[in-house]
Amino acid sequence: MDILRIATAGSVDDGKSTLIGRLLYETNSITKDKIEALETASKRKGLDFLDLSLLTDGLIAEREQGITIDVAHIYFSTPTRKYIIADTPGHVEYTRNMVTGASNVKVSLILVDARQGVVEQTARHLSIAAMLRIPKVIICVNKMDLVQYQESTFNAIKDSLAELVAQTTFEGQEISFLPISSLYGENITQKASEMPWFSGNTLLGELEAFEYASTLAHAPARFPVQFVVRPMTEAYHDYRGYAGKISSGTFQVGDAIRVLPTGQESTIATIEKFESKLSQAIAGDSVTITLTTDIDISRGNTLVLASEDQPPQLKDFSAQICWLDHTALSPGKTYLLQHGINITKAKISQITERLDVSTQSATEGVSNLQLNEIGTIALRTAQPISADKYAANPSNGAFILIDEFTNSTVGVGFVK
Amino acid sequence: MQTIQDKIGHFPRQLEDESIYILREVAAQFERPALLFSGGKDSITLVRLAQKAFFPGKIPFPLVHIDTGHNFPETIEFRDWLAKETGAELIVRYVQDSINQGKATEESGKYASRNVLQTVTLLDTIEEFKFDACIGGARRDEEKARAKERIFSVRDDFGQWDAKRQRPELFDMLNGRIAVGENVRVFPISNWTELDVWNYIKEEKMEIPSIYYSHQRQVIERDGMLWADSEYLNKEADEIPFEATVRFRTVGDMTCTAAVASDAIDIDVIIEEILSAEISERGARIDDKRSEAAMEKRKQQGYF
Repeated sequence: MDILRIATAGSVDDGKSTLIGRLLYETNSITKDKIEALETASKRKGLDFLDLSLLTDGLIAEREQGITIDVAHIYFSTPTRKYIIADTPGHVEYTRNMVTGASNVKVSLILVDARQGVVEQTARHLSIAAMLRIPKVIICVNKMDLVQYQESTFNAIKDSLAELVAQTTFEGQEISFLPISSLYGENITQKASEMPWFSGNTLLGELEAFEYASTLAHAPARFPVQFVVRPMTEAYHDYRGYAGKISSGTFQVGDAIRVLPTGQESTIATIEKFESKLSQAIAGDSVTITLTTDIDISRGNTLVLASEDQPPQLKDFSAQICWLDHTALSPGKTYLLQHGINITKAKISQITERLDVSTQSATEGVSNLQLNEIGTIALRTAQPISADKYAANPSNGAFILIDEFTNSTVGVGFVK
Repeated sequence: MQTIQDKIGHFPRQLEDESIYILREVAAQFERPALLFSGGKDSITLVRLAQKAFFPGKIPFPLVHIDTGHNFPETIEFRDWLAKETGAELIVRYVQDSINQGKATEESGKYASRNVLQTVTLLDTIEEFKFDACIGGARRDEEKARAKERIFSVRDDFGQWDAKRQRPELFDMLNGRIAVGENVRVFPISNWTELDVWNYIKEEKMEIPSIYYSHQRQVIERDGMLWADSEYLNKEADEIPFEATVRFRTVGDMTCTAAVASDAIDIDVIIEEILSAEISERGARIDDKRSEAAMEKRKQQGYF
């Protein structure tokens, strides 16, 4: 059974949590005790309808303020697939949590309040979807009930976003528009009776039909070694296995491999998954690989196929960055750079530009990047990293920056 | 007739690959990790995943059980069997010892349980062994505060969770760097649902404690739920035990886990039951009913 990961984004009060509540409700994914708890909590708040957002706003502070602060993960299944929804905060202040939630998804739902139209957060979320290269974006124009389900309002919002969509989209990304009412369940799982002018699919219909080509399995093969398995027992005295999750491509028994960054070569003897031996494994598989020769490989090394394109050894490079910390990014400072499982020191030599998310224009000569800002930086690492360009191979082209003193994750970067 | 697999599909193997990746990161990034073992199906699943992650090597961290003294005897028996079967090191620490040392006080009243008390013993155990990472079987679909927690969840030296200080967690990059005294709670099966766990147990043909299956038991009825009768349950005069055919959907202490009436003698029937159940898994956890924010408050105190 396959899994489709989705993130919701939008501004505060666009009704993201209500939308998810509605999806769960209409796919029978909420049990009776949870609905009863919801009724009690809704009444306590003095509401005369079911406040479906209370299902996902799990923190005390969130319920107090009536907003989503951190990502909630929500699960439901249809006979077609299993869905994991990252319900992300709409407030600008919590954009970093939004990026966290969206980093693993294949579909981004961006909500727009039909009364408000496009706001800065809409632009920010489109930018982030482009930065993360999320293959499908559905712009849900919500609260259509409050604008009398008018087609003209929907079209006006669509038109006003046309330019921005054209600027942010990349080849292969699908962007669609959908008029909905989460509160009344219009176009969520059932066709809207109130909007006969809309001929498109429902939200669930679009999700069920979405097929993403697994590009990672066809990208050049990359296998970062996480852990060296050396049982040193009687039965496995000389056993030396390299455990990890294939980040892209396909490895087969008998393939000639090269180890990065050392450049040593060998041949794959076995590919193992617990007690079974496989003939091949693809992107996403957690396996243990053994080689025909004894060579020195340790955690952080990457195995690639000798016959394929190899990632460059980057030491001085440029990257797009989204800043996630209250303390601004400033040039000259040293951070720890984690690329996949590999950590090295990195110095930011320059902030090349800052991106204005509303206009998609770049400002040069900036001295820092503040929380939630996106920009381009030049950096230099202590050890080279075997990274691909993010656009070419997303699974091997992203990194995080960690503050050496607070240990916090302060930024996410994408190799250009 | 429709089979279970027609209804829920095969277990999504991608989840297993992701969990194994997380467990290997724990072994590589931390000096003294431990797997918190409760004897329930989720921690049994963790043990299975750990076996797979390091095969043919042994599980490179101990299983730690915080024994409240109110466990079902079947759970304890199973725990000892599993440790032997996998060759994993087993460490057991007792809530009773914390009570004897005056660090924790027994609750009173008919709802008394040791669920909250085990946090004290857990934190002491972490300190005793200097564990820097504790692996737990919590899932995000269980409860809405859990739905908010990261896979690597940093706790301060009092074990406290601060929802507002959570680190961004991007792609599959896990940042386990901590200061001395802090530790990380790791949740490798965060993205599994209750059904995923059962489907996995079925496909892997795993052994689980017998109390998950239908059996005869002395129970009392309280607040519309069936409570297992035991010497630890504070009963009122009108709460007369009777025999019923029940099973447990989730396994915690005898004093805070309710039974469900059930004839399910195999996993297929259990899955059928869950599919048609009107109440959620934690609906049978009396500890969660204390208030809407019960879980978040316990987590702030250092709970799993």
